[in-house]
Amino acid sequence: MANISELDVNGTRRRIDADPGRMLLSVLRDDLNLTGTKYGCGEGQCAACTVLIDGQPVKACITRVESAAGKRIVTIEGLAPAGKLHPVQEAFLEADAMQCGWCTSGMILGAAALLGRNPNPSEAEIVSGMNGHICRCGTYPRIVRAIQAAARKGGRA
Amino acid sequence: MRRRDFLTALGGGITVLLADDVIAQESGRGGMNRQTPQDVSAWLHIGEDGMVTAYTGKVEVGQNARTSLSAAVAEELRVPIASIRFVMGDTDLVPYDMGTVGSQTSPTMWPQIRRAAAAAREMLLDLAAQKWSVERSSVAAANGKVTSGVHSAGFGELTQGQKLVRTIPANAPLTPAAEWKVAGTSAPKVTGREIVTGAHQYPYDLKRPGMLYAKVLYPPQFGARLASLDKSAAEAIPGVKVVREALASPRAGFGADLVGVLAPDPETASKALAALRADWTPAPAETSSKDVYSYFKRNAGGPASSAGLTAYTIAYIAHVPLEPRAAVAEWNNGKLTVWTGTQRPFGVRSELAGQFRLSEENVRVFMPDTGSGYGGKHNGDAAIEAAILAKAVGRPVKRNWTREEEMTWAYYRPGALVEVAGKASADGTITAWEFHNYNGGAAALRTPYAVSGAREQSHQTPTPLRQGSYRCLAATGNNFARECYMDELAHSIGMDPLDFRMKNASNDDRLRAVIEAAAGRFGWKNRKKTAGRGFGMAAGFEKGGRVATCAEVSVADGVVKALRVTEAFECGAVINPEHLRNQIDGAISMGLGGALFERIEFAEGKILSNRLARYRVPRFADMPVIESVLVDRKDLPSAGAGECPIIGIAPAIGNAIFDATGQRIRSMPLAPQGSIGSPSA
Repeated sequence: MANISELDVNGTRRRIDADPGRMLLSVLRDDLNLTGTKYGCGEGQCAACTVLIDGQPVKACITRVESAAGKRIVTIEGLAPAGKLHPVQEAFLEADAMQCGWCTSGMILGAAALLGRNPNPSEAEIVSGMNGHICRCGTYPRIVRAIQAAARKGGRA
Repeated sequence: MRRRDFLTALGGGITVLLADDVIAQESGRGGMNRQTPQDVSAWLHIGEDGMVTAYTGKVEVGQNARTSLSAAVAEELRVPIASIRFVMGDTDLVPYDMGTVGSQTSPTMWPQIRRAAAAAREMLLDLAAQKWSVERSSVAAANGKVTSGVHSAGFGELTQGQKLVRTIPANAPLTPAAEWKVAGTSAPKVTGREIVTGAHQYPYDLKRPGMLYAKVLYPPQFGARLASLDKSAAEAIPGVKVVREALASPRAGFGADLVGVLAPDPETASKALAALRADWTPAPAETSSKDVYSYFKRNAGGPASSAGLTAYTIAYIAHVPLEPRAAVAEWNNGKLTVWTGTQRPFGVRSELAGQFRLSEENVRVFMPDTGSGYGGKHNGDAAIEAAILAKAVGRPVKRNWTREEEMTWAYYRPGALVEVAGKASADGTITAWEFHNYNGGAAALRTPYAVSGAREQSHQTPTPLRQGSYRCLAATGNNFARECYMDELAHSIGMDPLDFRMKNASNDDRLRAVIEAAAGRFGWKNRKKTAGRGFGMAAGFEKGGRVATCAEVSVADGVVKALRVTEAFECGAVINPEHLRNQIDGAISMGLGGALFERIEFAEGKILSNRLARYRVPRFADMPVIESVLVDRKDLPSAGAGECPIIGIAPAIGNAIFDATGQRIRSMPLAPQGSIGSPSA
């Protein structure tokens, strides 16, 4: 199969030349220098690499780049227009819902997608909806509070 | 860079250097040939533009040292936090530092930075009084300005192009905690915006022009030696280089034979690594995770313990920093620069200098704020690999570890066997106490309770795995064993565990205070037993802090769920209440993993728990409702808070499981397969 030559990332068409079987995470980080998307495990266990494809959260470390071609990809760098913050980003800041921050990009995109599906999630729905994400620093209670606060402000993706 | 060179580079303005006895003493134990001034622990500069820049060897790994240290400057210098820049962990620019370890930033660096800022403030007041010919007492600093009556000037203006340098003693006076205005409040994380936008560049993210990506060939088993290597297939791949070099210091389990592949992109580097044909001479494994505890006992040094003690086992566990080790190395005219995530930039600089027989002034290590450490990033493995490979190919090299490499080739919190015996009389007096730790270490070996004639000993043993520092290290296992055994003793005499602890904590008012605070908020005395529910508590001290933890668990069909945890923590004067609560949450989360399910399984020299699918860490659904009680002692110096809050959760849960089921589990993890009662290995 021919190489993938273009991706729609954060509203911009980006030229690439990638083997279709390569993982989206590597193309974003290594080819396009979008390093806000993080590697945590390479096996789809931690969701640090979460990006949105057509509004749905996917784990970029186990997603072949060919399956993202022709679709709208949103990374943390493109979640909000330049200089602005998305309500979920604001809520994470206000709740200080991070320590080292390595999981934060994936958490924020996962939370934005969750609120897109369910604008008023209960605490149990937040826990089950976010349970694929690991925060090794253990800021889970703050992340839950941040998502609740974003929901109150209408924090859809 | 020598002090004179450094001061030249800083330019005009005010510079305050802080003399430090501690660092001077440390220099006797190593860290020779350092470039930075040897007797100075911190410095701070106010530029002619009014910009405040502070320098420290401490690093940021998520514990929010950057924020707390910025608050220290803001407090004493009377400037907004936003106008302060902190240079951290760059060995060419910051004072020598042993490392961001042992919860030392708050008790040592934090007051030092404050002293430097206070001295700078006094210099500014002197300058203003002279300039305006006014009484010194009429001049005050606030909001980045100095004012006296009608006079007002920014900090930078006052220096008037002069270059003022002052060295102050380490014991200069400080604003008492009761009068703090910025310190003691919940300043938000200073880098929060860079993190939520994905803009912050971590070590894993860094790139250099013309760099190559590296992969390293690791043995299939600990101790295996490379017998032969056929690199022809790898070298046939366009753009690939294969390098074989020797490590100056062999690495445990790995040896000294470093084989690396390099390619212009990581994909090709992975293909090249897979194309290497290596034959290995296997090494016999002496033990496995199933029988390692008897291995410790068999091979232990020191006087033997008495017969008939109660044994507790503590599994090896992994730190699992979500950002694995990473480094970028670059050589320029014989000088080496390495960007890497480490808690000990100066230690890594020494490792690199040793590897290449360079003087330390020819090595620069820089640590961007890094994706966590937990005691797991003390050394420079990735830095050494990147630097060796970069030198061999004459180009910058990036070496990012994979999760599997991180879980296999980093180091672990030591496994341990703990043996305990004790007796209590009917009134709750502890009349006998014997406590031994094999391999885990000595932290928290001593009981905090009033016991006469205690025998407590740490026994060194050989270790089958590479082991090292961890959050609170041995204090996790030692507190687990001691506090569970305290529960056993309380039950043996029919005494409530709270009353038993309060009686025996008679020598430590701070410990009694946190026990009372936790029990009170938890509602310990009013707890109501129901089927399948249990309550447990634990207390202890570590790293200058005191902690007490109460837990409520449910046990259904053997599945343990921590429902509610109340933890009271006292670490002197609280520097940042919200960040302290954040650390307590995090310590409880991490401690919960070690308590319930984290363990490294290994056999025949292979790590079986080498991926996240095979090593369970706590997730959202595992978290209890956490209530933290901050006991703020403004009359005491601030102690570090990143470690101590981890020690109470495992014994509190172990005791709660006993309360719920009558089953006394004496192993960490308590429920390795997800439930109690399943095979323990």
